[in-house]
Amino acid sequence: MTIENIIFLLVAIIGFGLFAWQARKIRANILVGRDRDMSGNIGERLQKTLLVAFGQQKMFKRITPALLHLVVYVGFLVINIEVIEIVIDGVFGTHRFLQFLGPVYNVLMATNEILGALVIVAVIAFWWRRNVKKVRRFSGPEMRAWPRIDADMILYIEVVLMVALFVMNTSDLKWHRLQNLEMPGSFPVSSLLLGIFPSDLNLLHFLERAGWWAHIVGILIFLNYLPSSKHFHIIMAFPNVYYSRLVPQGQFSNVDSITHEVKAMMDPSYQVPAPPVGPDGSALAPTSFGAKDVEDLAWTNLLNAYSCTECGRCTASCPANITGKLLSPRKIIMDTRDRMEEKYNSPLIFQPNQYGDASKGTERVKIEADQNTLLRGKVTPEELWACTTCNACVESCPVNINPLESIIEMRRFLVLEESAAPHSLNVMFSNIENNGAPWAFSPSDRFNWADELYLAEKQAVTA
Amino acid sequence: MADLAARGEQPEILFWVGCAGAFDDRYKRVTRAFVRILEHVGIKYAVLGMEETCTGDPAKRAGNEFLFQMQAMQNITTLDGYQIKKIVTACPHCFNTIKNEYPALGGNYEVIHHSTFLQQLINEGKVGVAGGGEFKGRRITFHDSCYLGRANNIYEAPRDVLATLDADLVEMKRSRANGLCCGAGGAQMWKEAEPGNKEVNIERTEEALFTLDGNAPALAQTRGVEDGNAGATPSPRANAQGAIIAVSCPFCMTMMSDGVKNKERESDVQVFDLAELIASAEGLNA
Repeated sequence: MTIENIIFLLVAIIGFGLFAWQARKIRANILVGRDRDMSGNIGERLQKTLLVAFGQQKMFKRITPALLHLVVYVGFLVINIEVIEIVIDGVFGTHRFLQFLGPVYNVLMATNEILGALVIVAVIAFWWRRNVKKVRRFSGPEMRAWPRIDADMILYIEVVLMVALFVMNTSDLKWHRLQNLEMPGSFPVSSLLLGIFPSDLNLLHFLERAGWWAHIVGILIFLNYLPSSKHFHIIMAFPNVYYSRLVPQGQFSNVDSITHEVKAMMDPSYQVPAPPVGPDGSALAPTSFGAKDVEDLAWTNLLNAYSCTECGRCTASCPANITGKLLSPRKIIMDTRDRMEEKYNSPLIFQPNQYGDASKGTERVKIEADQNTLLRGKVTPEELWACTTCNACVESCPVNINPLESIIEMRRFLVLEESAAPHSLNVMFSNIENNGAPWAFSPSDRFNWADELYLAEKQAVTA
Repeated sequence: MADLAARGEQPEILFWVGCAGAFDDRYKRVTRAFVRILEHVGIKYAVLGMEETCTGDPAKRAGNEFLFQMQAMQNITTLDGYQIKKIVTACPHCFNTIKNEYPALGGNYEVIHHSTFLQQLINEGKVGVAGGGEFKGRRITFHDSCYLGRANNIYEAPRDVLATLDADLVEMKRSRANGLCCGAGGAQMWKEAEPGNKEVNIERTEEALFTLDGNAPALAQTRGVEDGNAGATPSPRANAQGAIIAVSCPFCMTMMSDGVKNKERESDVQVFDLAELIASAEGLNA
């Protein structure tokens, strides 16, 4: 083992170890959410994951970004095969270990190169859409300093990684060619670049090493950047889709504890199940109705927050947002993630996801200590009450995030725990309670439409 | 229903009228139109009349789970008391709630929205055989209701029903799964909208009017519609007898009618429910 192999091994261990450490923190954050049984239906869930996550099904509602995204996504998957080779080469000091694959290796390398070039094109197009064309859904009050820097940063890192790949391949190819040596693999893009590379053998060897190190170290840095970034979706999209809801979108959950209460009210003989007990056998404090803070949401809602790539399709399709109201489903999801990291663990050492505090142009309202929760601390009732529950946000999310569930949970808290519904909704509630209809009509008038029907028909006959 | 039960009879279907169908003057016309269709095809139906009460949908969407479950249990008790198996309703909110949320509370019924029910009648050749009648060639656009479409994946039934009218059907830019809400769902019907630039129903009505007027290029500017290049531009055509916005939900009916009034287009654009269109085409208008 050379010193280079040992250094590589150390770098790799630190890189992957640090990622595992960050991933554990995020897992712990997600698990502060309420328990929800998502087991079973494995076949259906796998099929959904295959279609929506692997197959990018929901991306194809918009063809231009879908094709660009597909290039980067497939590029990512295929180029990662080369990363396996790089790691093996790095540890064992081999060179192009996978070359034993023969013709398959040729195809693999050629595919890598073509995809690598396409990724650069796609990334430039993405950058242009974001910074020149300024596609509207990439802006909005919640897209403050960090989310915007983050989005561009990923694009720059991708370019650096691809350039490193081409530097490595081209210098390797030229080094072999100059000495009339056989170079394993087939390199359609690098062959075109040979001319712009120097002819000094030592320099070429140095460039090959530099490209190799830049690529693998870049990947390790990228890997550790992910947990602090919207780009974490490249990992979280898969579990998020797997654990997404299988029921019709219009079906909202029924709160079980309320079911027991209502049943007990209607039937005195109804046995309310014993309250849950803690591991030591003592009764647990009753949970609140609805959600005030992140731990009141289900863990799947928190998983949603870490899967969001801030693409804004939800907000762009939200009727409230379209008509200028404060609600932005993306903000609800981003707030949830930021609140988790503010209250519990932040990945890495810095806390970039708490975008609200120090970013430019926003004077943060000082929040009282007892109001420092997800609801009121980050999400205002005005946002929540603007929701028409139309499911447009749910429909439009490419990775099956459900902002509506979180919105309803927070509405439940406002109504059931704080009685803080807008006045007119309280009027509606009391109408239902008293008259059995949301409007102030007497139940005895419920059949009047039929009187008019017969009256009209009688008139038609006599006329 | 009580009368029928007293005679020891069971209806084929229970027609769930809904609060809007029972109290809203505009939607009462839809209720009557649907009843005329039921009478016309001779199906044995019943309504709960005064025993019906709100499904609890607006309470649930507004976060009042307790009130929702009280309503739900009460309705389930009534329905089970009459051993109801099959329910048809003209309200997508009632439809969604009874179909999707009542089973977990013990209420299991076959629930059908009237658009699907009308489609079945058409398929069976019981209605719609007469053709479009007065609607032949008129321009109609269908406004998808969120609680029918996205919530329950019913997009084609209402369109199939409209297809029997032999009319000039046009689609709005935002339709089917991408349809825009009328603005009344989620208990918005009962409150003022939060401050914004525009009411949702105005946005949607404008979109419907653009479409009916054949003014598709203007839609490219519509907020939230990206990459605006889908579909050919329909040529402007005179709507001598008036164009129609077809709806299949009482909330959409109110919101779209208000929108048309707001735009002062009542003279040439009307809002009709599917049941009214079919009843008219069948000559069932009393």
